[in-house]
Amino acid sequence: MSQLAFDPSKVMDIDYTKRTEYLEGLEAIKAAHKVLKEITYTPSLPDRGYNNRTLYVNVDSLEVKEKPVTQQMKDVFIGGRGFGLYHLWNAVRPTTRWNDPENEIVISPGPVCGMTQYAGTGKSLVLSLSPQTDIPIDCNVGGFFGPLLKFSGFDALELQGKSNKDIILFIDGVKGIIRLEEAPTDPVDSHVLGEVLTHMYAENEADLPNISVVSTGAAAEHSLIGMLNFSFYDRRRKCVRFKQAGRGGIGTVFRNKRIRALVIRGPKVAGDLNHPADPETIAKTGIKFHKEIRENDPHQCMMRRNGTAHIVEIMDAYDLLPVHNFQYGSHPDVHKIDSSYWQQRCTQLTVDGCWYGCSMACAKGADGLVLKTGPYKGHMVTVDGPEYENTAGLGSNCGVFDPDDLLELNFYCDTYGICTITYGTLTAFIMECFQRGILNKERTGGLEMAWGNAEADLEMMHQMARGEGFGRIAGLGVKKMKEHFIKNGWGDPQLINDIGMENKGLEYSQYMSKESLAQQGGYALTNKGPQHDEAWLIFMDMVNKQLPTFEDKAEALYYFPLFRTWFGLNGFCKLPWNDVVPANNSSQPEAHKVPEHVQNYVDLFSATTGIKITKEDLIMQSARVYNFQRVFNIRMGKGLRLHDAAPYRSLGPVTREEYESRAERYDKQIVDEMGLDPTGKSSAEKMALHREWRTKRFSMLMDAVYTRRGWTLDGVPTLERLKELGLDAFPEVVEVVKQHLS
Amino acid sequence: MLLVNEEPLEWHDGMTVRDVLCARNYRFPMLIIHVNDALILKKDYDTTTISDGAVVKVIHLISGG
Repeated sequence: MSQLAFDPSKVMDIDYTKRTEYLEGLEAIKAAHKVLKEITYTPSLPDRGYNNRTLYVNVDSLEVKEKPVTQQMKDVFIGGRGFGLYHLWNAVRPTTRWNDPENEIVISPGPVCGMTQYAGTGKSLVLSLSPQTDIPIDCNVGGFFGPLLKFSGFDALELQGKSNKDIILFIDGVKGIIRLEEAPTDPVDSHVLGEVLTHMYAENEADLPNISVVSTGAAAEHSLIGMLNFSFYDRRRKCVRFKQAGRGGIGTVFRNKRIRALVIRGPKVAGDLNHPADPETIAKTGIKFHKEIRENDPHQCMMRRNGTAHIVEIMDAYDLLPVHNFQYGSHPDVHKIDSSYWQQRCTQLTVDGCWYGCSMACAKGADGLVLKTGPYKGHMVTVDGPEYENTAGLGSNCGVFDPDDLLELNFYCDTYGICTITYGTLTAFIMECFQRGILNKERTGGLEMAWGNAEADLEMMHQMARGEGFGRIAGLGVKKMKEHFIKNGWGDPQLINDIGMENKGLEYSQYMSKESLAQQGGYALTNKGPQHDEAWLIFMDMVNKQLPTFEDKAEALYYFPLFRTWFGLNGFCKLPWNDVVPANNSSQPEAHKVPEHVQNYVDLFSATTGIKITKEDLIMQSARVYNFQRVFNIRMGKGLRLHDAAPYRSLGPVTREEYESRAERYDKQIVDEMGLDPTGKSSAEKMALHREWRTKRFSMLMDAVYTRRGWTLDGVPTLERLKELGLDAFPEVVEVVKQHLS
Repeated sequence: MLLVNEEPLEWHDGMTVRDVLCARNYRFPMLIIHVNDALILKKDYDTTTISDGAVVKVIHLISGG
């Protein structure tokens, strides 16, 4: 089957240059700013991908200093997520929690970040101790801040301390100024604040693309699920847009530190700012890849046309689209919110990327949305995306199939600083609790949280932003809501725990894992929690049947998390790896790894840094950081087998309706997999058989995966594994592990 | 009867690769298909017929996220 054909005549006639503007009060807001500290520094550009210095800012003491990047840092941690973990480890103690002053937010772009010759090279990594999980959370985010930070002279930015007033950190990478300003009257929500600050700090209209703002919104002040918006200036729309560092509540940490915004003004971006060791190889590799996208994308994933929303209808077709809190995998109304609609609703500009040179250009935008609710009712706005996760999480998982409702939910999540994935999963949980009588209107303060009730859904979000009512409880996230509901005696604790889709305190992202044991591990046996960016194995496992044994699944859960970790070390986006493939990919060995693209990454790293690596070295680079992060989790009191436990909804059918909706499948598994006869058994009896079988299989998977990763059966990296990786050079790391190897 | 990704599928005379994809609702656009270990190119999905008893492998490349 091929993708839906694109018919340009069906694209809605929406003026993408029109939207409500917020610049009227700019001068007054600017006049209220008070300089708290200003220093000068010498701007620099990277050499072979590195500036060899990072920037440390304490927002309490106002200390600003440069730190050197050592050769050991580069050898072991590479950059990006690695640098973030390194700085965070040195900043915190085992007793540190998210809202302690010593907790940091670290932003690091990685050595390849900022390249403009290849697609998907504008990413930076954001790390902090998470308010939801109490362990490091990492987010891979687009937008211009990361690359402009690097082109202003820094390989990472550390933010520590807690201010007692709202502040803005401004870095002028052209003039060499770092300034902390009190910002007493600035707008709160990102779509307003981003626009105001971009225009405030740009020196003229031509300077607008050189500004990037990191901000969050009102909900980050009243919830644990706040996210960060990283802006980029859209020259065609002439407006500020955002990409999100969504998971784990880093926006909440940001506001807890009383940071209103980070603003960077970088130099005009050009193709050679990274000063790579071998620009010819980079140019050659980029040209080859751009040609591949141009020729193959129209009949492969159509990322340029639909963005990641292209998989909405595909997930539905394979019974993998979460519906009604992950109970079901498809729904008859999905056609209302699939890519056939979005490709008409989203403005189809020729290039719509979030960094220069990205020919994959998946950053779609829906313009001309007039809001129906909330503080911006009546305003006309542009909504980024919607991407797959937003459509599935805010849409099908909550039974919302009206596309305008979905866009409004998406918009308010973004501007309020709420992670859309988290919000979708926690709202789906609330709606199921409402369906099953665990919640009612009395307990929700009058909100009728029935499936598909977008009005109540939006009101809950507005409450979250105001820090009021049931919205405040929802903003605690699924884990703490479960504890709250159980403590109040509102329902059967087992049922509440079974249907609350979180692991380690982080909400699941939007894929059904019940029929893929490997994906159950891909979600739960992760460092930060159930985000699909470590391993997405459902097709390999469930559909292709490429992973028949526990050892096969364990191998996939060894390789893919390490391969995908590498993107975050260097500043790459994952999408160009396998959302388009070379025409001859099918005839290559290990085609599912897209070997030509793996070689591209090896070549790009080598050509940037001058350090020749192989594809095996790539995995080893990741393994060092991945295992360091696992030990970091253990150091913080987590990171063991018990913390990798999965909610039963992710493993199998919890309720009778769920079982009976796919009874043929489940009955067949009783025969084929368990060797039993389901005839005459009640649904409850058959569900019990499944629970025993599925829980046991998950436990066996844990054994196999831990063994393959060089960990004990309690999930602790062994001393031998640390030695192989060279992590024994860090006595503190060894000491943490030794305490768990008795 | 065919074996498609290790699951049986009813065979009929003149069945093409495209028919197998439709029968299984395999809509993902990036597939690698082997029939009895022979690679079938995308341009040949409509014209390649499959004989009874064939083993068909339809590899969906990883995507998502």
